[in-house]
Amino acid sequence: MHMGNITLEEVAHIARLAKLSLTKKEKEKFRDQLEKIIGYFNELNEVDTAKVEPTSQTTGLNNIFRSDETNSEECLTQEEALSQTESSYNGYFKVPLIIDKK
Amino acid sequence: MDTPKSIAETQNGLLARKFSAVELVDSYLKTIAENKDMKAYITISDERAYQDAKKVDKLIADLGKKAFLEFPLLGVTVSHKDLFLTKGIRTTAGSKVLDNYIPQYSATVVKKLEDSGTILIGKTNCDAWAHGASGENSDYGPTKNPYHKEYVPGGSSSGSAVAVAKDMTLISTGTDTGGSIRQPANFCGVIGFKPTYGAVSRYGIIAMASSLDSVGHFAKRVEDIEKVFQVTRGEDRKDATVKNFQFPLRLRSGRAISNSQKNTKKITIGIPKEYFIEGIDKEVAKNVLDAAKVFENMGINLKEVSLPHTKYAISVYYIVQSAEVSSNLARYDGIRYGSDRHSFGEEAKRRIMLGTYVLSAGYYDAYYLKAMQVRSKIIQDFDEAFERVDAILAPVCPTPPFKMGEKAGNPLQMYLADILTVAANLAGIPGLAMPFNFSKAGLPLGFQLLGKRFSEETLFNLGKSFAEQTT
Repeated sequence: MHMGNITLEEVAHIARLAKLSLTKKEKEKFRDQLEKIIGYFNELNEVDTAKVEPTSQTTGLNNIFRSDETNSEECLTQEEALSQTESSYNGYFKVPLIIDKK
Repeated sequence: MDTPKSIAETQNGLLARKFSAVELVDSYLKTIAENKDMKAYITISDERAYQDAKKVDKLIADLGKKAFLEFPLLGVTVSHKDLFLTKGIRTTAGSKVLDNYIPQYSATVVKKLEDSGTILIGKTNCDAWAHGASGENSDYGPTKNPYHKEYVPGGSSSGSAVAVAKDMTLISTGTDTGGSIRQPANFCGVIGFKPTYGAVSRYGIIAMASSLDSVGHFAKRVEDIEKVFQVTRGEDRKDATVKNFQFPLRLRSGRAISNSQKNTKKITIGIPKEYFIEGIDKEVAKNVLDAAKVFENMGINLKEVSLPHTKYAISVYYIVQSAEVSSNLARYDGIRYGSDRHSFGEEAKRRIMLGTYVLSAGYYDAYYLKAMQVRSKIIQDFDEAFERVDAILAPVCPTPPFKMGEKAGNPLQMYLADILTVAANLAGIPGLAMPFNFSKAGLPLGFQLLGKRFSEETLFNLGKSFAEQTT
């Protein structure tokens, strides 16, 4: 298994995936801290998990269905839905431009 | 007026016209103003509190005693951790990202408590996004320990614990993802309750780590913890992980226990040896063993149990939790509400980075999958222990409350403070943190009781019996 040693390039890559813009100082700080924390995680290699099923949740429930009905009392009005945005246009959320090339 | 310390005192006082609900609100708001430097609250909903109080006074005037049958928590003041959406009242999650956010709907728990007759006092301070064990990560300034202002109150539900400790409300809600109710309760000398995962709806509560988040509350009496739980628990058809369950529960012997049955003699409490290892403060450990003696003197059997994978709980927790955090915080884009991702504080960024790392290509199997497998081993440890005992008694935090700034510069040290609480979240089991005694420095000490899934009744009975013996 990969042991620690996180590069600044890796930190920049992870930040890009998470849509965080970090300063150079933050990148260095997080590299050092992540290296220490991830290094600590390597203790898990001591546990034999060859035949162990992973647990993602503890309820023992699966596929809880309900009928596909709407309750108008519990729906937000258009006005309510838009009430917390800083920029809307004609009843829509306005979003930044994503694709700018033809 | 003397501030009532329990739901019964509050309701008896209201019924006997010793005070009105409006006077009750006057008194709580005065206490909040006097304790402003504790930073327990982010938003005080005074206008709303008086509206609620007037409704309470009218109901009592109109219906008398019957009003309390219809509204079981009538007149009870409640504050919510600022992670709970409250329609029309600002909700920040302790983060500047949501500094101006006014929710368009309320959380299920908020609604259920409203419908049961409570009075909403305000929203309490917390570590931003519930990330922290000290309260120091709040973007609104750190909450202070009620017994010594230079010490932390624990976190992340810091303001809720302090608000109850200092009589700034009777009841306060919180969330416990890795100890965020039990640990601040322990540091502030109040009772903190983390229900079974799936007992209380998470709908409308800002998500931290969805497979671990449990919705609970703080009070000064176990009876009150139970009364509030009777209101908050149960299916709402909005959170698909919630399941209704029936009391009374059965003990290992197959014998049913019920509320009225005070006899706790045939109960066995397990003491996990892995919770008393090196690194646990001597004062903390000795005090928990003193609590064990109190139980023993009540006729309860004590038995040593082993939870061999405890030492791995912190690694499993910080992998699973950060992975789920990175996913849950991905929705904050500043488009529909709130500010953009530049406003995230340092701890949120650190956890997003950590979670994104353990989930990223090449590391998923080594960290995330491995952690989910060791999580199964931790659950198996508890299952085996609960075949032999009805509840587990353990310390909550390895140390008494620590000083502000002591661990703030070292995230790994801060994370290790969670070592005795996170396993319960990984296993989805309930926990009740009880205050008991003080350290030599005059700071609160206590213990936690853990039980198997949906065994809240056993924990409440033990907690009530313990309180009777010690007060």
